[in-house]
Amino acid sequence: MYLKIYFKTMAKEKFVKLISGGVPVNIENIDTDQIIPARFLKAVERKGFGDNLFRDWRYDKNGAPIADFPMNQPKFKGEILFAAKNFGCGSSREHAAWAIYDYGFKVVVSSFFADIFKNNALNNGLLPIQVSENFLQKAFDVIEADASAKFEIDLVAQTITNVTSGISENFAIDGYKKECLINGYDDVDYLLSLKSEIDQYEKAKA
Amino acid sequence: MGKTLFDKVWDAHVVRQLDGGRSVIYIDRHYIHEVTSPVAFLGLRNRGIKVARPDKTTGTADHNVPTINRNLQIADAQSRDQLAMFESNCADNNVEHFGLNHPKQGVVHIVGPELGLTQPGMTIVCGDSHTSTHGAFGAVAFGIGTSEVEMVFASQCIMQPKPKTMRITISGKLDKGVTAKDMVLYVISQISASGGTGHFIEFAGDTVRALSMEERMTVCNMSIECGARGGIIAPDKTTFDYVRGRERAPKGAEFDAKVEQWKGLFSDADAKFDTEYSFDAAKIDPQITYGTNPGMGVGVTGSIPTGEGLVGSDKISFDKSLEYMGFLAGDKLIGKRVDYVFLGSCTNGRIEDFRQFAAAIKGRKKADNITAWLVPGSRQVEAQIKAEGLYEIFKAAGFEVREPGCSACLAMNDDKVPAGMYSVSTSNRNFEGRQGPGARTMLAGPLVAAAAAVCGTIQDPRDVFKDIL
Repeated sequence: MYLKIYFKTMAKEKFVKLISGGVPVNIENIDTDQIIPARFLKAVERKGFGDNLFRDWRYDKNGAPIADFPMNQPKFKGEILFAAKNFGCGSSREHAAWAIYDYGFKVVVSSFFADIFKNNALNNGLLPIQVSENFLQKAFDVIEADASAKFEIDLVAQTITNVTSGISENFAIDGYKKECLINGYDDVDYLLSLKSEIDQYEKAKA
Repeated sequence: MGKTLFDKVWDAHVVRQLDGGRSVIYIDRHYIHEVTSPVAFLGLRNRGIKVARPDKTTGTADHNVPTINRNLQIADAQSRDQLAMFESNCADNNVEHFGLNHPKQGVVHIVGPELGLTQPGMTIVCGDSHTSTHGAFGAVAFGIGTSEVEMVFASQCIMQPKPKTMRITISGKLDKGVTAKDMVLYVISQISASGGTGHFIEFAGDTVRALSMEERMTVCNMSIECGARGGIIAPDKTTFDYVRGRERAPKGAEFDAKVEQWKGLFSDADAKFDTEYSFDAAKIDPQITYGTNPGMGVGVTGSIPTGEGLVGSDKISFDKSLEYMGFLAGDKLIGKRVDYVFLGSCTNGRIEDFRQFAAAIKGRKKADNITAWLVPGSRQVEAQIKAEGLYEIFKAAGFEVREPGCSACLAMNDDKVPAGMYSVSTSNRNFEGRQGPGARTMLAGPLVAAAAAVCGTIQDPRDVFKDIL
């Protein structure tokens, strides 16, 4: 496979299969300002973003945890974030994907993702899975009934299964990104490997 | 079958097509700023490489800069460090950098075009979603994340799936007192904040043709707010005249040759778009948003929807939005109290916006209950405001003009709207907490903002300013 030769320097974590519980945030149009408010974008390194995930929904202005926000409820443990449609809209800040990943989520499930966020997630080992409205609704129902309900994700087969109901759904993912996630490959190494083609392009267009 | 304008520009920049749909695209111009570049520069250092094409990279400090007292040291240590890091990163990589007090400094999407760096037919990226602004020139311009900034630094290329195409045609004449901002807010309210997702939008029609370059930039800037990847407008004489003579634009015979090439940048008559919408300009009123996403807007003389017929998570979102804003379903917007007015941002921070606001408030006074931030988009815009005597007009009316930066658009610096306060803002996002935790943002064009600034409440600018319209 042509990708294998080039990806030695900056390997990332691999993602193949996951069985985990879900944290349900049943709110639509969650924008990246909610995911990571602007005041936390002053950092010059990729550190501490998990602490500030959904900061203003998790903590009140005095810093006390807001009890009914799902992330503050200990019964919801899991590496899968479930959110209602149009997740990640607004600002292109990749810090949003970092915050979700650094907190401990490996997957976000929604019925609709904003484009830039989806790309940022894929570039950071965070798997965005788009499911039907029906599957998403059933997932929220199942988690509400049983906070420990599990979901199984198989990236090779491109399926997500609601273990409680046994119902599976296929999800779409870009072929190149799937390879990168499964193998922990890095995009920059791939692009650097194309140097002579890029040089040729520049000469032709000059 | 014919090609769309978007296809023509995209296809001309493909270096390699990957299996599964992504293309490796060459980038003609990479704009950078202090917030989304540090981790990308760090990535380069870790790999032991430098920016591949510094001549195609331009940096300006904008998101995190103070807009007053710039001669003093920045109070916030993190902000200070971020700006210092940006300066040293650019120096290490031989990248042009406009720092805090540089005469060319400003909001990145204002600085690029005014220098003539943004040109028709280019591919342009920046670690900022409002990069779509540059599409006004017939460029394919879009926002990217920090990892992609690193990719462009390393290779001058990016990998992207090709989006679908949408055409939005607007025909007819806009009413007096209705600005390009109102036009695009109207469009977003019709197709929703997610209606454009997965698409690149081409704006067409005689209404669009009649817009100035600055107005076209306002429109393309806001295309991201309906979820689109970017917006584009075919270049024409208005475009060529704008670019001609700018500092970094080609000159003389070279410019003329470029114009001949640029004349080919239009969608073929038989090109097919994946989705199309049409709107009648005459139906568009001055707009104001009432909710917490840019699609939640109405005509200023209208009312907040009743929410009847909404079910499930739609209903939950609607109710949550109104609760945050302190509004009730069915409320009229006229007469609602305003506390802050912000004129500025990459959406409406250019000289035409300042001229329009000045012409409206001239001879009147700022309402006592209003705190107003007038923030020019760049040092060049600031200089023009001074040269045209607008400073005196603002001062006489009780307005203060600040120094250039993104300012209250996202309130990373100290320009934050306090919790519970209402701001009428010419910026681009009204999400919860966007202008400060608990801040209540209502998006508008410069004339609705001017009306709020002199009346202290939401009013129809066509009434308030009828003598000058």
